[in-house]
Amino acid sequence: MTAAVVRVQRATLPSRIGLAVGLAAVLVLALGPLWALDSVLRTLISVFTLLALAQMWNLLAGYAGLVSIGQQAYVGLGAYGLLLFADTLGLPLVVAVLAAAVAGTLIAVPTALLAFRLRGGYFAIGTWVIAEVYRLVVTNVAQLGGGSGLTLRAASSFDRTTRLYLTYELALAVGVGTVAVTYLLLRRRLGLALTAIRDGEQSAQSLGVPVFRTKFVVYLVAAFGCSLAGAVIYLNLLRVQPEAAFSVNWTAFMIFIVVIGGVGTIEGPIIGTIVFFVLQETLSGYGAWYLVLLGAVAVVVTVAARRGLWGLVADRTGWSLFPVQRRLEERW
Amino acid sequence: MTWVNVVVQGLLLGGLYALFATGLSLMFGVMRLVNLAHGDLSIVAAFLALAIVDQVHVNPLWTLLVVVPLMGGVGYLLQRGLLNFTLRGGDPLPPVLVTFGLSIILQNLLLEVFSADSQGLDAGRLENASIRISDRLAVGWFPLLTLVTAVAVLVGLQLVLTRTRLGRSFRATSDDPEAASLVGLDPRHVFAMATAIALATVAVAGLFLGVRTTFTPSIGPTRLIFAFEAVIIGGLGSIWGTLAGGLVLGVAQTLGAQLSPGWGVLAGHLVFLAVLAFRPTGLLGREVPA
Repeated sequence: MTAAVVRVQRATLPSRIGLAVGLAAVLVLALGPLWALDSVLRTLISVFTLLALAQMWNLLAGYAGLVSIGQQAYVGLGAYGLLLFADTLGLPLVVAVLAAAVAGTLIAVPTALLAFRLRGGYFAIGTWVIAEVYRLVVTNVAQLGGGSGLTLRAASSFDRTTRLYLTYELALAVGVGTVAVTYLLLRRRLGLALTAIRDGEQSAQSLGVPVFRTKFVVYLVAAFGCSLAGAVIYLNLLRVQPEAAFSVNWTAFMIFIVVIGGVGTIEGPIIGTIVFFVLQETLSGYGAWYLVLLGAVAVVVTVAARRGLWGLVADRTGWSLFPVQRRLEERW
Repeated sequence: MTWVNVVVQGLLLGGLYALFATGLSLMFGVMRLVNLAHGDLSIVAAFLALAIVDQVHVNPLWTLLVVVPLMGGVGYLLQRGLLNFTLRGGDPLPPVLVTFGLSIILQNLLLEVFSADSQGLDAGRLENASIRISDRLAVGWFPLLTLVTAVAVLVGLQLVLTRTRLGRSFRATSDDPEAASLVGLDPRHVFAMATAIALATVAVAGLFLGVRTTFTPSIGPTRLIFAFEAVIIGGLGSIWGTLAGGLVLGVAQTLGAQLSPGWGVLAGHLVFLAVLAFRPTGLLGREVPA
């Protein structure tokens, strides 16, 4: 009798091809200013930042079961952080963007401690209320421009083209960065802990998985990512108003993208972002009906095809572009 | 005396919030479902009443006779046709996603049908009539009627839960759906009945809101948030907690607004956060936090 030699295998052929194609695509996109029109670059800035937001929501809801409807808090905090650090404190723009993300993460600490007292659907509304608190506080502070908002003045020190290219490269870095960070986090112990919690929170706890700490870390990572994306979004838009920056629509878009692409997969938000933009470009002329359709698609996908478009692909082909699971291969 | 007046107005406003909170609390209690379209459904009821008043020109309160059973029926069908499918497997994600999607659908459908204009339901003399208690203190008949209705709805619900077959089936299914189905209850039907009753109370809340103030297709989420805050402040699983939560929220908002006009809603949020921080079971809650 020969003993079976078992080897832990993660990468597969599709994942290796996927990684190569993905890296090539990132390289081509990084050279965007050389080949793309300014209008294309502007669209891509929205695409990359929305991908970042969606991937962060996916990490929260799809992997840690933290169904937040309050991630707009961090988009808004990132935007106002950027204004504060760049205009009031005079930091260089890129430093201000990072500082805004750090500030958003710090504010996420007390936010998480409060919101984690609620579960499931009540956690969802609780995070929404806290986002509303931040919006109302900002609206009531005259120094932040009150309800009518402020314009980023620091950006005027750059000429238009330089600022566009800078924002574009930052947006690409944020979009690719959130995908990479999610992937790397899920491959580590954190990924195993999250899987254990998903399969049974109490049994995970009893086996020594630090449930609270794991969720807390994921919440802070998502807060950092969303604040960073928020700062880059408003580096592009320049004009910040509390109603828009703290709008629940940010989270609604994250949810649509993740649900349509496939919740709980890293590939899902990437596909969802592409589908979302194609739909938006084609249907935006239909006004409110477009949002009715998006809502209906989210409802139908959740009930009928819970793992979204990528789930359909993965079920048929067995592909995984971001192998976070461990496969056992037997060698005789 | 001004402050007494502010508190009294807050208590009356709180009656409306308690009315909003009832349905949310009931659905969560029976099936652990948090309906994020709760507020939007109340606005749907208000627009239904508006559409009826436009046709037949009656006092909007008469439309309760049509809108309440209609929304109850909508609730039954919604639960059986859609929401029950999100409860399989105990995953918290599908109910949140589906009801949030529903919320977006309803807001935008209302926007297409009724436009973004502010609307109101005109209840005639009742709306402005008040009982003068002193120079600085007057109690409006309509806000008083709202508070009395809220208490009546809550007492009625309490009686249904404790004294009727239906209430027993709610409690049994809530405790253990599988055991309940073993003794002949169909959880799908029981859940649908709970949602029917919840949406009937939501219809009452939406109509009273429409008479009290103006409404637009987009104010549903705010109503959801107030209802939720009332539930958490009062404490889960307690009928009287829901009433107390609504009253506390109403008083917090009117006191906040008295201090500075921009701080009313924020003051309510802060009381909610304080309760969450220092007394997460709520003022009258008996159970562990949600």
